[in-house]
Amino acid sequence: MTNISEDKIKNQLNPGEIVHLEDDLKIYNYLNLGPTHPATHGIFQNVLKMDGEVILDAEQTIGYIHRAFEKLAENRPFYQITPITDRMNYCSSPINNIGWQMTVEKLLGVKTTKRVDYMRVIIMELARISDHIICNSVIGVDTGALTGFLYIFQFREKIYEIYEQICGARLTTNIGRIGGFERDFNPTVISKIEEILKEFPKALIEFEKLLIRNRIFMDRTIGVGSISAERALEYGFTGPNLRAAGVDYDVRVMHPYSSYEDFDFILPLGTNGDTYDRFCVRQEEMVQSLKIIEQALKNLPEGDYHVDVPEFYLPPKDEVYTTIEGLIWHFKVVYGEINIPKGQVYHAVEGGNGELGFYLISDGGRQPYRLHFRRPCFIYYQAYPEMIKGSLLSDAIITMSSMNVIAGELDA
Amino acid sequence: MELILFKVGLVVVLFLISLLIAAYSTYAERKVAAFMQDRIGPNRAGPIGILQPLADGLKMFMKEDIIPQNANRFLFILGPAISMATALMTSAVIPWGPDLNLFGTTVSLQVADINIGILYIMGVLSLGVYGIMIGGWASNNKYSILGSIRASTQMISYELAMGMSIVAVIMTTGSLSISQMVSSQEGSFGMGWNVFYQPLGFLIFLVCAFAETNRTPFDLPECETELVGGYHTEYSSMKLGFYLFSEYVNMFISSAIIASLFFGGYNFPYMQVVQENTSQILFAVICTGVFLAKILFFVFFFMWVRWTIPRFRFDQLMDLGWKVLLPLSILNMLITGFFILLNN
Repeated sequence: MTNISEDKIKNQLNPGEIVHLEDDLKIYNYLNLGPTHPATHGIFQNVLKMDGEVILDAEQTIGYIHRAFEKLAENRPFYQITPITDRMNYCSSPINNIGWQMTVEKLLGVKTTKRVDYMRVIIMELARISDHIICNSVIGVDTGALTGFLYIFQFREKIYEIYEQICGARLTTNIGRIGGFERDFNPTVISKIEEILKEFPKALIEFEKLLIRNRIFMDRTIGVGSISAERALEYGFTGPNLRAAGVDYDVRVMHPYSSYEDFDFILPLGTNGDTYDRFCVRQEEMVQSLKIIEQALKNLPEGDYHVDVPEFYLPPKDEVYTTIEGLIWHFKVVYGEINIPKGQVYHAVEGGNGELGFYLISDGGRQPYRLHFRRPCFIYYQAYPEMIKGSLLSDAIITMSSMNVIAGELDA
Repeated sequence: MELILFKVGLVVVLFLISLLIAAYSTYAERKVAAFMQDRIGPNRAGPIGILQPLADGLKMFMKEDIIPQNANRFLFILGPAISMATALMTSAVIPWGPDLNLFGTTVSLQVADINIGILYIMGVLSLGVYGIMIGGWASNNKYSILGSIRASTQMISYELAMGMSIVAVIMTTGSLSISQMVSSQEGSFGMGWNVFYQPLGFLIFLVCAFAETNRTPFDLPECETELVGGYHTEYSSMKLGFYLFSEYVNMFISSAIIASLFFGGYNFPYMQVVQENTSQILFAVICTGVFLAKILFFVFFFMWVRWTIPRFRFDQLMDLGWKVLLPLSILNMLITGFFILLNN
């Protein structure tokens, strides 16, 4: 009753390969990893077919926190869709907000000023740092090293304080407006950013020292959950996960938006596409983000903090209270009664964990006719079973956390 | 008769000390973790949170005691009981201080000076795995089963290397009795500690002690991020408390064993000088204090490691146990034998 002949075992097996003799007689264990499991960081379900601790097959289920964002957006005025985008990748919500605002600007044909662009770049890079902080420290947690997580989380808190200063919110930021920002950076924001620029590199190095050359951590992550560049491209990987596999694709460089072409930064690349490479790529990206913020802050141009799109900016209060035109205009802004041109646009930004795209079709009404979010997590999660097959349960957990699959973005 | 009374008293005192230290280990662990992670740690219950263990214990008692429907009720209750009992039994053979001459009789600060003390410890430690195995199996939960499989495999594998590393110590001492092992380290002004003669054996024993107590980097049986709670996933209330508590008791006892086998037990430098100049009781108190200090250092060491490094994967754990530690411990044994022959 052996499935594999002895010759095959002698000739074809690589060292370390696991074969299962008498497959038909074996009873496998099916393990429900999720929907509520401490390591899933959200609500996913994976049904794992296990032989002891070895995963033979995996089947993922999605949709546990599906909130129909794309459909919901069809019934909302454009400016009210920004808060929806917060709830996708909530680790880096400002990128989602600004990405959406830029999509609408693209449809409107609005060209933002350099100051707006630079302010956006600063916020987006801060968001990228906070996203990578979470991802990398959670890889640490899932390998059992909790200290780095709590240690470096202090800087995520500082980044959230900056958001708080800019827009009043911390997690679901709803930052900025279509066409710019609702107010300028105040001096506290600038000083807090400078504080981060000064202190974060030190903490980052300390965090890195805790894990990156740790023998146990290296053994746990090198070669775990790896995916080849070809397969990654076939799946449609983007962002750090693709760069870890060795493909130098970054939306910030390939299709620069928000004046990213002005900045000098390096794209870190991995070679194996495994968990360790993903960790290292994210680690280096944080350093590069700091570099971008530094440049943006140094060269922050003078000018207005928003462009002239009166459809999204309330008229001055004295005008509203004294003139009927002002009152009507105020009313129209709040209700989102705006003449948007017909057409369709696709705009992509480099989100915290990959290319975050917005495909918007407008029929000229006050709300989108159709809207599709290109959510990188949705794509990564497709590849998850392939990446964990044949590995151990522990590997599956850290593969998941190193891909930074966030349930909010996965299910939308 | 006095001897029996004394021993009973000693048993009670040891029992209480083990429990107290274990309880305060939980507090210490949280404070150490907080210190390492740049936090404050528990500070609500009492001044600087000193009553936290009591509050935790009270909370454990107040929680609803759930026994899953499909669990084997008897074994489900037996699991934590075995864990706790075996954890507390080990302290019986550890010499806490030098012999005392009280009212004309010699009494030793050791519950049972049995001549196979070290075998007793190994035996009781091996029994400890039953608590985890039975508990995990009786829960009827896949995560618990995986946890208890990991626990039993890990403990059995590491016990071998542990036993082998102790064999080298036994060879130099020529005795299986722990009190003799401790008193043999008296030489060189109280610094004839085995760790200087058996550095490799000490390292192996230390690593195995981490594995036996299921502490990071060997906390696979209960690693939260993979197995939810491991073998105690289904446990609640004081049954869970027993499991968690037995881990800390085990940690305390392991530290005591490390201290007595490799760090001279209650021996300390210039011991003879102190002995000549102080009364017998005071000397015994100092010795016990030194021993406790050594133990507490190792308890701290356990925590230090836990909050610093990640954990192993299951296959790496097995590789380390069978392919590295076991051959090394056998090598250590051979080297020790060689030197013993050379000295003869």
